[in-house]
Amino acid sequence: MIKFIIRRILISVPQIFLLSLLIFYLASLMPGDALSGVLDPNIPAEALEKQREAMGLNNPWYIQYRDWVVNMLQGDFGRSYFQQQPVLDVIGDRLMNTIWLSLFSTILIYLIGIPLGMLSGRYNDSLLDNVITGYTYLGFATPSFMFGLLMVLVFGFNLAWFPTSGSVDPKLDPWTIEYFFSKVYHLILPSLSIALIGLVGTVQYLRGGIIETKQKDYVTLARAKGLSEGKVYSRHIFRNAIIPIAAFFGYEIAGLLGGSIFIEMIYAYPGMGRLFLESISTRDFSVANVLMLFYGFLTIVGTLLSDIILSIIDPRIRIK
Amino acid sequence: MTEYLLEINDLKVYYPIKGGFFNTTKDYVRAVDGVTINIPKGKTYGLVGESGSGKTTTGKAVMGLNKVTDGDIYFDGKHLNSGKKVDVSREVQMIFQDPYSSLNPRKRVFDIVAEPLRNYEKLSKDELIKEVIRLITRVGLPPGSLYKYPHEFSGGQRQRIGVARAIALNPKLIIADEPVSALDVSVQAQVLNFLQEIQEDMDLTMLFIAHDLGVVRHMCEWIGIMYHGRLVEEGPAEVIFKDPQHIYTKKLIAAIPDVNVDNIEANLRKRREVQEEFDNHFHEYLDEDGKPFPLVKISENHSVALPPTEGGKQ
Amino acid sequence: MNKMNEQEHLLSVNHLTTSFKINGEYYPAVDDVSFNINKNEVLALVGESGSGKSATAFSLMKLHRHARVEGEVFFEGKDILKSSEKDMNKIRGGDFSMVFQDPMTALNPLMRIKDQIIETLTIHNTKEKNEREAYAIELLKRVGIARAEQVGEAYPHELSGGMRQRVVIAIAIANKPKLLIADEPTTALDVTIQAQILDLIRELKDDLGSGVLLITHDLGVVAEMADKVAVMYAGQIVEMAPVQELFKNPLHPYTRSLLNSLPSEDMLGGQLHVIQGVVPALDKMDRTGCRFAPRIPWIDENAHEHNPQLREVEDGHYVRCTCYKNFYLNSSTETTQEVEAEQFGALHQGGNE
Repeated sequence: MIKFIIRRILISVPQIFLLSLLIFYLASLMPGDALSGVLDPNIPAEALEKQREAMGLNNPWYIQYRDWVVNMLQGDFGRSYFQQQPVLDVIGDRLMNTIWLSLFSTILIYLIGIPLGMLSGRYNDSLLDNVITGYTYLGFATPSFMFGLLMVLVFGFNLAWFPTSGSVDPKLDPWTIEYFFSKVYHLILPSLSIALIGLVGTVQYLRGGIIETKQKDYVTLARAKGLSEGKVYSRHIFRNAIIPIAAFFGYEIAGLLGGSIFIEMIYAYPGMGRLFLESISTRDFSVANVLMLFYGFLTIVGTLLSDIILSIIDPRIRIK
Repeated sequence: MTEYLLEINDLKVYYPIKGGFFNTTKDYVRAVDGVTINIPKGKTYGLVGESGSGKTTTGKAVMGLNKVTDGDIYFDGKHLNSGKKVDVSREVQMIFQDPYSSLNPRKRVFDIVAEPLRNYEKLSKDELIKEVIRLITRVGLPPGSLYKYPHEFSGGQRQRIGVARAIALNPKLIIADEPVSALDVSVQAQVLNFLQEIQEDMDLTMLFIAHDLGVVRHMCEWIGIMYHGRLVEEGPAEVIFKDPQHIYTKKLIAAIPDVNVDNIEANLRKRREVQEEFDNHFHEYLDEDGKPFPLVKISENHSVALPPTEGGKQ
Repeated sequence: MNKMNEQEHLLSVNHLTTSFKINGEYYPAVDDVSFNINKNEVLALVGESGSGKSATAFSLMKLHRHARVEGEVFFEGKDILKSSEKDMNKIRGGDFSMVFQDPMTALNPLMRIKDQIIETLTIHNTKEKNEREAYAIELLKRVGIARAEQVGEAYPHELSGGMRQRVVIAIAIANKPKLLIADEPTTALDVTIQAQILDLIRELKDDLGSGVLLITHDLGVVAEMADKVAVMYAGQIVEMAPVQELFKNPLHPYTRSLLNSLPSEDMLGGQLHVIQGVVPALDKMDRTGCRFAPRIPWIDENAHEHNPQLREVEDGHYVRCTCYKNFYLNSSTETTQEVEAEQFGALHQGGNE
């Protein structure tokens, strides 16, 4: 298994390399460079050229690429044209907020989705199952931004149970317990908006997996051993049925980190998604590029994570 | 000399085994490792072996469904694996084991049977329908079944549809890969009867691949027994059954349960004897790679993979 | 010595009827089936797919999820069909155990072999907790697995079909069952492996003195293994007799047809007997007449009895319906053609190209 994991990690190295090349190429196509917005537009052309030369902007592309990678490895992701501060600082807080949001949403998705899927699969075609599947169909059909708006309207404005913007009460000091509770309080509504729609896939997958596994011969054998129905489920059916979901875990996390743009917009939640949109609308390409690199990197790590989890639960994957 | 419709000379089919850190080829699975089979026109050759013996791989190699590592296959004098494309798909047809998965579930019987005709014959629509009805009737299905889908048929009926498709182009050679092993006995009898009738009517040559020795004995004039990618014994069916020489053949034959209740004790005793002989002497029948030795002729038409004797080593 | 009545059977099945729901109505797939199994005795249940033989086995174990099971199944004097699910769980895998047809799918792919054996030991409290692992390995050796320690650590996908079937058998015998139900235990295996597995079942029966219900469609296996044979057709037992009697003096038309459809040494290359027509569907079956009548139409209608019963015609030899008296084999293919023509109706050219 260790061998499998190491090999799997090694495979992602060329993937990341290719990704960085692609982003570098895209970045070179975009207007503006490290000097854009920094210098007085009235500066003479020769002086500008001199500056470019000094910053290595006239080097052949592979030297520039090398420098770019080396800088990033040292933590220098360039400067935001728009905000006039290092990209890393721009991203920093936003990144933490998004991680919190996606972590919270993921936990909610599995916390609610797995029991629903189990019930629905175990008692398939019962009234309960019909209600749950009905809900999943509705969830599939509802766009997340519409659902988010509805949640804001009902729980944010009409009932006013939860805040409707920001990630924390700005009056509080960091590192206090109140600060932490305020963060969680701000997270509840947006993460519920994500989770209640996002869990329908999990429910459907698990339901399908359980219904399929129920009919397997080894489940009949487990019953023929004299195992009680509850244990037949917990020991034999559930573990086999959860494989596709576990395999999806990495993608799910990656997707949430990158894909909560609408919800962040609706809740005016200062996260990465919103930053991405802002950076594009303000043509802040140095930030947009780093974010693209970050999302691509996440996807690769997500698939890596999925494969590793899969190899841990399913012995059939470990061979070869 | 007999004229052979199918000649397989020293056929080898190897699959690479990937392994190690970089997934490189470590070794080969020698699925078929030097098999020579000649089938005269109009005869049925039974290729017998247990799972993993290479019998299906051999059949697929003839169909061009497997890459041949080494050796030659001649059909009707044409070299099939010379590298040049030789199209014999008209003349060589296959019948598959599983009647449930070998027919496209989204196609009607008419389309399934008409497919080869559409590919090779330019028939008008009326002629096509007429021809398909002829074929369907030939395998004993009513014309009413023409526009039905595979799921509406039983296993035996599907296998007959498979036969109708296989004979649509008047092939010369049919490769039947375990055609009845998924069927109940009574249905099996029906399909076997059909195969025999059709073979006589159309003067077909057949490579009949099966693990059921009773069925093979019933259907085939000539039998080859495979073990680990090689033939261990070959000869006329009756000779193989009455006078098996290779220890593996003996074990295989002794393992068949007999319906004759008077023979049971004798059979069990025989099986134990053979098993004992097998346990003690089987290794002598294998070379250092654990493979059977090359076939040696022990009479006019009976060859056995006997261990080389001290003097007569090849 | 046990003073129990000699007549007492290990298992006594009376009027077992198992019905499945099709379009809202129940249709019996097992219809009024009765038989007995004694200690150290093998009863073979023979029939083709759809005859109800597997449904019978599943009914005995109460493994059907959505079926109506009626009748009585006495095991050591107790009607287990009336047992609670909790009591049933004590019997399943304990006194009653089962070997399944397809060893490739009968083991949990995510559990180590030894854990799958230990599980059944734990359920039935066999051996002390710390002895169970060693006993599991011992069981693997008992069913003829060399390198039992390594195999115990392995996962199912690392083993061949023959090996997996041995593991399934090891699980089945782990708690020294009094009744072993083997549902087509060798159908998916090669002949040489089949011979070994049958040997194993025979040995276990002799060692433990268990009764065996062997379900198979292979008449050769029946001849070799069984003491008694029950032939099933369309949910009913149509003939039951000691093995010698059944093979030497088969009476029911179905048994005779079946025996004649096997390729045999006496008629190599000749026409095999084909049973005409098709097995009737569960919901489209005439339940008052002889169920085999439509497949032997050349036999006079009056030869069949109304609502045919299973009768003892010779000592220990039971046959259903009176039609066996007038039966002779006939090998025309007309009936099949008629039945199939009816099945598919007339040719409609309505289909689009």
